[in-house]
Amino acid sequence: MVQYSRTQFDTSFAALSDVTRRGVLEQLARADASITDLAGKFHMTLTGMKKHVGVLEQAGLVITEKVGRVRTCKLGAGRLEEEAAWIERYRRLWEARFDELDNIVEELKRKEKVDGRKKKT
Amino acid sequence: MDAKRKREPTTMKNRTTVQRKSERELVVTRTFNGPARIVFEAWSKPELFTRWWVPKSFGLSLLSCEMDVRVGGTYRLVFSHPASPEPMAFFGRYNEVTPHSRLVWTNDEGGEDGAVTTVTFEQRGAETLVVMHDLHPSKEALDAAIASGSTSGFSETFEQLDELLVTTGASVGGS
Repeated sequence: MVQYSRTQFDTSFAALSDVTRRGVLEQLARADASITDLAGKFHMTLTGMKKHVGVLEQAGLVITEKVGRVRTCKLGAGRLEEEAAWIERYRRLWEARFDELDNIVEELKRKEKVDGRKKKT
Repeated sequence: MDAKRKREPTTMKNRTTVQRKSERELVVTRTFNGPARIVFEAWSKPELFTRWWVPKSFGLSLLSCEMDVRVGGTYRLVFSHPASPEPMAFFGRYNEVTPHSRLVWTNDEGGEDGAVTTVTFEQRGAETLVVMHDLHPSKEALDAAIASGSTSGFSETFEQLDELLVTTGASVGGS
């Protein structure tokens, strides 16, 4: 499991290591685009651009959708969603810990009360 | 005061929040229904700390726990988990110990990439706000911690916890 995530992480880095792919991400941050659009903007062949988009897609950085004969590319929420999911799992871990801590705080408060009463009498 | 005599330990639950405050910082907050003195005690006395740090719901068991809670003192916690062939050790050093208000410790099990944890206890009337702040050495270190499942390598544990929360229906308005 840990291994898998680590691989995922490396895939993201590899995807981002190329200047054209970073350019594609910047472009898609502004607006969705078809592979043909992107190929035109980056002066590339359709096949070349397909390869780059494929790498980005595998890393979860881009998602593509085919409508009719046009494949539209948009930014994938992959990384961000993964982080949000991790944060929620982490939050639940702490919630479980803190629920136990609540019980201890209650116990110590009760004990203090009893001890306080004993001292007075 | 008498109106609050009725004890409602589970229904009066306070909310736990986790936020990535910056590229290098992760912050956990929670309010407790007790004075800072008591809450701090539960974080700094090993016999109390071990009772909540490893919740029963975990599947983890604590093999050993040494905590020398004073400036320069060290701690070492060793856990075992059915999903992990080797026991897992977590250790570091206390950089600051200010009774009832502040604890700072290092997390050295990850080598140089370890975070520094600062916990503050702020009393507000009968309640105490606890803020736990993890500062990682770099954005990459925190990213890596997140990518590898958790800051402490507990991905299986989280899953187990998730399952448990689902089966017990304990995730109050969870996800």
